Amino acid sequence: MVYPTTFRYTKDDEWVDVKGGLGTIGLTHEAQCRLGDIVYLELPALGTTLEAGKPLGVVESVKAVFEIFAPMSGEVVEVNGELKDAPEKVNSDPHGAGWLIKVRLKNPAETEALMDAAAYQAYATSPQREARH
Amino acid sequence: MTRTIRNASRHVSRNEGLIFEKSSPGKRAFDLPPLDVPAVDPSKTLGRDYRSEGVADFPEVSEIEVLRHFTRLSTWNYAIDIGMYPLGSCTMKYNPRVNELVARLDGIATEHPFQPQDVSQGCLKIMRLLEQCLLEITGMDALTLQPAAGAQGELTGLLLIRAYLEKQGNARKKVLIPDSAHGTNPATAVIAGYEVENIKSDSHGQVDVEKLRELVTEDVAALMVTNPSTLGIFEQRIADIAEILHAKGALLYMDGANMNALAGVARPGDFGVDVMHLNLHKTFSTPHGGGGPGAGPVAMKKLLEPFRPIPVLVEKGSGELALENDRPYSIGRVKAFSGNFGVLVRALAYILAYGPGIRQATEDAVLNANYIRKHLEGVFALPYSLPSMHEVVFSDALQKANGVNTMDIAKRLIDHGFHPYTTAFPLIVPGALMIEPTESESKEECDLFIDAMRAIAAEAATEPDLVQHAPHTTRIGRLDEVAAARKPRLRWSKGNG
Amino acid sequence: MRYLPKSPAERNEMLATIGVGSIDELFSTIPERFRLREALKLPGPYSEAEIIDYFKQRAKESSVGYSSFLGAGVYNHLRSVVTDTIIQRGEFLTSYTPYQAEMSQGTLQAIFEFQTLICQLTGQEVANASMWDGSTATTEAVLMAERITRRRRILVARSLHPEYREVLRTYAKNSGLEIEEIPFGQDGSLNQKTLESALGDDVAAVVVQSPNFFGVIEHTPTLADRVHSRGALLVVAVTEGVSLGLVRPPAEADIVALEGQSFGLAPSYGGPFVGVIATHEKFVRQLPGRLAGQARDWSGRRGFVLTLAAREQHIRREKATSNICTNQALCALAATVHLTLLGKEGLREVAEQNLAKAHFALGELEKIPGVRRAFEAPFFNEFTISLPRSVDAVNRLLLREKIVGPLQLDAFYPELPNHALVCVTETTTRAQIENLSSELRTAVALARETQ
Repeated sequence: MVYPTTFRYTKDDEWVDVKGGLGTIGLTHEAQCRLGDIVYLELPALGTTLEAGKPLGVVESVKAVFEIFAPMSGEVVEVNGELKDAPEKVNSDPHGAGWLIKVRLKNPAETEALMDAAAYQAYATSPQREARH
Repeated sequence: MTRTIRNASRHVSRNEGLIFEKSSPGKRAFDLPPLDVPAVDPSKTLGRDYRSEGVADFPEVSEIEVLRHFTRLSTWNYAIDIGMYPLGSCTMKYNPRVNELVARLDGIATEHPFQPQDVSQGCLKIMRLLEQCLLEITGMDALTLQPAAGAQGELTGLLLIRAYLEKQGNARKKVLIPDSAHGTNPATAVIAGYEVENIKSDSHGQVDVEKLRELVTEDVAALMVTNPSTLGIFEQRIADIAEILHAKGALLYMDGANMNALAGVARPGDFGVDVMHLNLHKTFSTPHGGGGPGAGPVAMKKLLEPFRPIPVLVEKGSGELALENDRPYSIGRVKAFSGNFGVLVRALAYILAYGPGIRQATEDAVLNANYIRKHLEGVFALPYSLPSMHEVVFSDALQKANGVNTMDIAKRLIDHGFHPYTTAFPLIVPGALMIEPTESESKEECDLFIDAMRAIAAEAATEPDLVQHAPHTTRIGRLDEVAAARKPRLRWSKGNG
Repeated sequence: MRYLPKSPAERNEMLATIGVGSIDELFSTIPERFRLREALKLPGPYSEAEIIDYFKQRAKESSVGYSSFLGAGVYNHLRSVVTDTIIQRGEFLTSYTPYQAEMSQGTLQAIFEFQTLICQLTGQEVANASMWDGSTATTEAVLMAERITRRRRILVARSLHPEYREVLRTYAKNSGLEIEEIPFGQDGSLNQKTLESALGDDVAAVVVQSPNFFGVIEHTPTLADRVHSRGALLVVAVTEGVSLGLVRPPAEADIVALEGQSFGLAPSYGGPFVGVIATHEKFVRQLPGRLAGQARDWSGRRGFVLTLAAREQHIRREKATSNICTNQALCALAATVHLTLLGKEGLREVAEQNLAKAHFALGELEKIPGVRRAFEAPFFNEFTISLPRSVDAVNRLLLREKIVGPLQLDAFYPELPNHALVCVTETTTRAQIENLSSELRTAVALARETQ
């Protein structure tokens, strides 16, 4: 898997794509692999304030459920409406059509704490990585 | 003369539809005795609350169709009456039929919980004797029969702990739970208003006593431990564990799901447990019935007795038994009326059948588990090697190499005529196979199970495909659970099928 | 021992295979000082005949042979023997929770049918596979409302079953919920004025029972409008399911908590019964308990499977919607069989008989000097009367005549002294009603004399 170089990544397998003051957030290919077929996503409402590192929602597969953590802080300005009826988009196109939310970023400098594509590439499947919780 | 023999599997009993699909207006399955008082016009008596059109689309079928329908459905189930259910920590033992008879007796099944205590002495005596037996088995001081299931017993236990600590001045904040625990433990702790702190098991799968020593502060209300653990292994340092907790004013809660390894052999009250629940639908043979009902009585040391949920069973001066609600320190009521009485009756009947010989059942349960372990060691990976008690946990590590996992093996076991063991639990064993035969299995049944597991291991090595797509012999194959969860269809609707 | 399928020779063989000399060695992980050396002091062992005899002796000290006018959340109804025939089948009785769908289609399809029947009865869109009983179902419905609205205040009708309210309080204590009671009005139904002034934007749910504890029917549409106007949810508890055969279902409620004991389950001194929660589809992910859903296998065959399990404790653990694991499956099956036996017309007829007999009984009792109907609002099969003297004293006299009299309400409702709750079902005969009437007349007169 080649991870998009313009994205930044978290230890919990989220990605964020920063353009101007907006950040698009999603789950990585590795996340959807570990989850299996996704059946449901609980995403925040428009206007919700997110804090970096805190949970923003939940992703469910048939046999497991995991929290989704905010890579960066900000206000939710768009939610991917297609995922309600087609959560499988997160499996089939996690870095594209499977995006979750768009956030007006509070502090763009937070990207410095995140991994770049190369670092995440190495981390994603390494045996030392943190288990999903 | 030649005749074609039709394939019996075309008969409708293999393809039975929903009862609603058999419905046709005008069919009936039930008649009442005639009304012996003047009829009343519901439109007048009930006015705007009258349901004039009746229950829309409610089924209309005949008695024989009802009987056949459910009989046919039943033939699609597996059951203890058919063969072994090796489900770990479920204790799928024989459900004695005499228990069903006594629970249905007039004078037992017919009694109303609000009737005067004058005419309830029979029921109260049953409850009292059961209390006494369970106290003897657990080595505790007091009991409540109110909780409706193990999970409710867990909640009751934690609420007792909270009430006790509150009375001491500080309810505290956290409950420690091993990472090998059953899901009801953390779910219950949260409902009881506590934060959950997970404690990792050590390399033997036991509670890490040194880690526990670090974690137990005056913020910790209790540790919830299952003993034997969900690996089927006795917590050898249970006495140390109790001491560490007690030294900091915390309590030891024991999840009694695995009592089938202890009844008659050891008593939790003796090794430091302050409060515990029992699962009557596990250790005490009451039937699982497809998922319930059960009962989760809670046994406790004296210090928790004043906080027991109401009603409390008491013996009055006259010798008469009564249920009392006037308990100033009680945690309150956990369920309306007085417990799952019908389940309590069955559990008492089971205990009476064994009497002091109840130890024999425990010994046979442990014997069976170890016999199976001996035969399957080496065939399947054994992640924790300490001696097993009534259940053994393997992992799919050896079979994984060929792409076969525990779920696949479980599904293939169905083709061999057995219900699967518990898959993927406890969480500390990736790819777990959790096997508990119980004492109800003969050597013959154990041998058949062992043969089946060995055959599957061989298939996993030479024909993994066969295992990965199992089961092949059931009425339906693996169902698309993903689609079912994405677009849930949770009821039948007319026109929708 | 007849439940243990091992001969001594087989035990020895197995021990030898394992490689130990005695069974004691298999318990070596238990520290020596905890291992019991003596047998436990338990009664028995009893043969099957002795077990039966023990319980038959207990059954003698009971209310068999008495007529009963008790309801209050547990009801005597006709039950067909067919129900027992089905639930006694080993494949239902001794099977496990249907986690392995391929081997449990019987249980799963029956659950799907149960869920459907409950939806049809209550006018709701989805129902779960059962909770422990009506009291815990009501409590879980309140917790559900809290999760959905994220509000903390709960307004509870005082006319909700007293023991249901107690259970709710026990659970609410630790979840930060504030419970307030709304009194009943003159006519026995919820006091709408008080409700209106108590409602606010911080109320998660309003909880009522219908028919309520006094037997009075609450009008759901009016309540729903009022409750919804403030963004709160309406939770309706139903303890007498048979009422749904004739009484308008609480379709406007957001969550219905039903006790299904009336559907084929014996009173059995208080349990096991069967609770259910039914609600709108949009709330399904907040619904606790198991759910059976329709699914297809690889060849397109229809089957059923436990679904949306991510809500439950075994997956969600500390974030689960509830801690429930074992539910009341076999009781739900009994209810399913019972309801399909009754069918549309049978349920209606049973309900009509309940209505007729209860109204007849009221008519007879009102003829007794000093006995008054307490509440004017419409009722189904239970009603409240006030007596000129203590209900307890009267009931003691009735008991001597082998009548289990109506429930004394004083202990639950001090504001209703000398009030009693009378329940009459299709199982109560005219002769029994007339007997109650005449004995009550005597008892009232006697009690008056002695006080």
